[in-house]
Amino acid sequence: MIPFDYQRADDADSAVATVTGHPQAQFLGGGTNLVDHMKLGVADPELLVDISRLPLDEVTELDDGGLRIGATVRNSDLAAHPLIRRRYPVLAEALLAGASGQLRNMATTGGNLLQRTRCVYFQDVTMACNKREPGSGCAALEGYTRYHAILGASDGCVAVHPSDMAVAMAALDATVVVLGAAGERRIPLAEFHRLPGSEPQRDTVLEHGELITAVDLPASTPRRQAYRKVRDRASYAFALVSVAAVVKVDAAEGEPCITDARIALGGVAHKPWRASRAEETLSGAAPSVESFRRAAEAELEQADPLGDNGFKIPMVRNTMVAVLADLTGVEPEAVA
Amino acid sequence: MSEILESTEIGRPMVRQDGPAKVRGLAPYAYEQPVQDPLHLHPVQSTIALGCIVSIDTSAAEALPGVVAVLTHENAPRLANTDDAELAVLQGHEVGFRGQFIGAVLAESPEVARQAAAAVVVDYEAEEHDADFRADHPQLTEPNAATADTFDGDVDTALRAAAHTVEATYTTPAEHNNPMEPHTTIALWDERGLTLYDSTQGPHPVRQTIAPVFGLQPDQVHVIAPHIGGGFGSKGLPHANVVLTALAAQRSGGRPVKLALTRQQMFTVAGYRTPTIQQVRLGADDDGRLSAVAMDAVEQTSKIKEFTEESGQPARMMYATPNRQVTQRLARLDIPVPSWMRAPGKCPGMFGPEVAMDEIAEACALDPIELRVRNEPESDPETGKPYSSRRLLDCLAEGAKRFGWDRRNARPGQRVQGRWRVGLGVAASTYPFLRQFSEAKVSYSADGTYAVHIGAADLGTGAWTALTQIAADALGVSAHRIRLEIGDTALPVASVAGGSSGTASWGAAIIAAADEFLAKFGVEPDPGAEVQTAAPRDSAQKEYAMHSFGAQFAEVCVNVDTGEVRVPRMLGVFSAGRIINAGTARSQFIGGMSMGIGMALHEQSVMDARFGSFVNHDFAEYHVPANADIADVDAVWLDEVDPLAGPLGARGIGEIGIVGAAAAVANATYNATGIRVRDLPLTPDKFL
Repeated sequence: MIPFDYQRADDADSAVATVTGHPQAQFLGGGTNLVDHMKLGVADPELLVDISRLPLDEVTELDDGGLRIGATVRNSDLAAHPLIRRRYPVLAEALLAGASGQLRNMATTGGNLLQRTRCVYFQDVTMACNKREPGSGCAALEGYTRYHAILGASDGCVAVHPSDMAVAMAALDATVVVLGAAGERRIPLAEFHRLPGSEPQRDTVLEHGELITAVDLPASTPRRQAYRKVRDRASYAFALVSVAAVVKVDAAEGEPCITDARIALGGVAHKPWRASRAEETLSGAAPSVESFRRAAEAELEQADPLGDNGFKIPMVRNTMVAVLADLTGVEPEAVA
Repeated sequence: MSEILESTEIGRPMVRQDGPAKVRGLAPYAYEQPVQDPLHLHPVQSTIALGCIVSIDTSAAEALPGVVAVLTHENAPRLANTDDAELAVLQGHEVGFRGQFIGAVLAESPEVARQAAAAVVVDYEAEEHDADFRADHPQLTEPNAATADTFDGDVDTALRAAAHTVEATYTTPAEHNNPMEPHTTIALWDERGLTLYDSTQGPHPVRQTIAPVFGLQPDQVHVIAPHIGGGFGSKGLPHANVVLTALAAQRSGGRPVKLALTRQQMFTVAGYRTPTIQQVRLGADDDGRLSAVAMDAVEQTSKIKEFTEESGQPARMMYATPNRQVTQRLARLDIPVPSWMRAPGKCPGMFGPEVAMDEIAEACALDPIELRVRNEPESDPETGKPYSSRRLLDCLAEGAKRFGWDRRNARPGQRVQGRWRVGLGVAASTYPFLRQFSEAKVSYSADGTYAVHIGAADLGTGAWTALTQIAADALGVSAHRIRLEIGDTALPVASVAGGSSGTASWGAAIIAAADEFLAKFGVEPDPGAEVQTAAPRDSAQKEYAMHSFGAQFAEVCVNVDTGEVRVPRMLGVFSAGRIINAGTARSQFIGGMSMGIGMALHEQSVMDARFGSFVNHDFAEYHVPANADIADVDAVWLDEVDPLAGPLGARGIGEIGIVGAAAAVANATYNATGIRVRDLPLTPDKFL
């Protein structure tokens, strides 16, 4: 670990000013990802500005009926919050599917959004990685790709975003509230993370020095919500794939019909993947295993698997169908 | 045949003697041993798999404040003996695998040592390496030091004539031992020689190995290891980290030097289980009697040092057949050196054959337990010797009754609960009895207690407790009058805590010392009375085949949609001779079975052959079972004493729990789904 300076921020504005003015400064939240990276040599900030004690640690109701989650609310507190559990159960489920109890006690809301890929080549400084060292190449492309992207990847990077929380927030149409030197801006969560393209070193659209202060959840959200994570062990593992779904079913003239479907996928792309093609397919459809499968297949038509991860296509399809069937009370396909 | 020790303390579930100190943080592990003014070491590792170092620039590292010295092959002290290439660290410019130690930094803090190690600049001349393990590797060779091939009868002819055959390839991946406590050493040189606080399964074996490397007499090396946080074989013999620490301590100006490997480093320099490719062929007649058993195993080893896993072993001795072929071949690659991991040979070697037994049972329309009944040998198929005890069928019968085996539907894919398919599976388990040379000392104190000394190691297995119970019964006193000392080469010589041989070997030494003590001094000795002796050699192992056996039962659920596999229930029934401590023994069995669930479902060290590197080298990427993966795992044992297994009548329990466990789980997934997976681990994608 390389020596670094440490400051505790007094307020958000001065934290932003300090980091903006120092190209090698970074914000420190729970440290569950950044400190590991500093030990491994993946990150070598000269200055850490600790924002974990800023008064951003509350969940408050917004005037429009939505909810504001402060950036330093711990993942464990957020998962246990009564309003989250009641109105946004998909988010509570996603949080509890992530990491371990110990990590959730430390990890913050803002930090969770900014955690970096778990690609083994990214985390090993002896390997080529365009995300860690732009232009050095991508060791993953022809390597061990079990956990890598099937959607939206580039020749420069096939890594996936590891967050569960962010996947649920994408399905909830959340908004990230960001404070920069020029003031506040609001970024829809689905546009907050980037696809790798030719700049895989940029995980998000944040500019250096911009600080996440909150995540806002919208008011009128359908109550049928679920998060399903498929992984290589029963707990404490990153997703092979995950599905967050928020669905509204109306019974027009007695025939049930999907009027609102918001679906996000985890473990498949460089960002939480909002499954808009699946959503379009579902819009106005009668809930059935057949329509769910059509929706999944519409989304997965764009999939481009790598050497080790072709299984993610049927896994996403089956998981999406199972989650939607469960949410809409449709009898799943009988087990032969 | 020894006289069997009467038991009073033995068999009780006495609580761990080291427990209170451990839960209060007072039991010192190697890194925590209090030493004066230590320096900290961090290794520099090669980033090529094969070639040599052209130049190594340490100037930036040396310039960092707090750096005391940077060792490389150019300036490191010379070792006296470099025959073992794994241990010959910093003695030359050649690189034999990626991650090999090529330097080390001594610094005032571990952080500075690590920073400086990363600042060392190395220029290599790389050669084309070979890290690609495959069954059709062009240069497969016979092991130099392993059991010779078995060719009994004519397997090919028997297979052609067989009513039923199974011919399939089974694979097990590389797996890393991953004890919770990393490999850790503190080294200190003084006028008496070398002191090592080491996380090891055997203080005396460390001394025996390290002394000649440094040109010392064994009594010039003092190894101290009272508590160890697991080893699973990877601390059975010292690896390069121990030599590196001792070497660096020659340049520390007399200060102690500390090294704890990082988790990532443990994936390259601390041993691992080789991957195996097992070509298994079974032939059976209509009654299910095996007419042929063939096991042709391919494993990998490092070009710099040969290690053979002996995964052919179980196929030589498990079942009766007139025609048998067992071969083991090695692919010699430019890769880290494999070594012991819990039940070496037996554990991977019982995967392919025990799944194949499930397959041929189905082919013969027989219950897999009945199949095993019909192939039970009367004497050891490998040696022809009579068994001291072989109660595999009793284990299977007892397990079938307890587990509800009669509820298993022989047709796969029939039981469904919600979105989960449910199945039951069984496999056999075995592990050989082994006893090794050990000595013990018994002395009497004025306070009425007996000091019992032996240089054994407690990996967390319960040796502190079990040996106290044995000593109490051997001396005919209650356990609170025993003061046991272990984990130090200043104590009498003890064998390694390995091969499930510790308790039998050390216990026999303690019993021998106690017997001699009682014969000499009686039950009312004078203070200071003392006896040190070794256990007498036992002839039974020459005359009898001595193995433990067990039956592993698993219930699994496989998700219809996602392919996820869960193991809600597992039962092991074991015949292992006498059980010394019912509590710690149960922990050993269910610990082995839990590790077996990990082998079945999770564990897999992924070699990226382009680099010769295990790429998933941390606990987020290399999965071992976590709490949610282990549900109802239970173990029971047959109430027995093996009268031929030394004076304890105990055959050892440390490893048998993992043997056969993965096969039982795999067989259960087949029963659940009808999908036969022959490649571990049983990850969700294989059931989609």
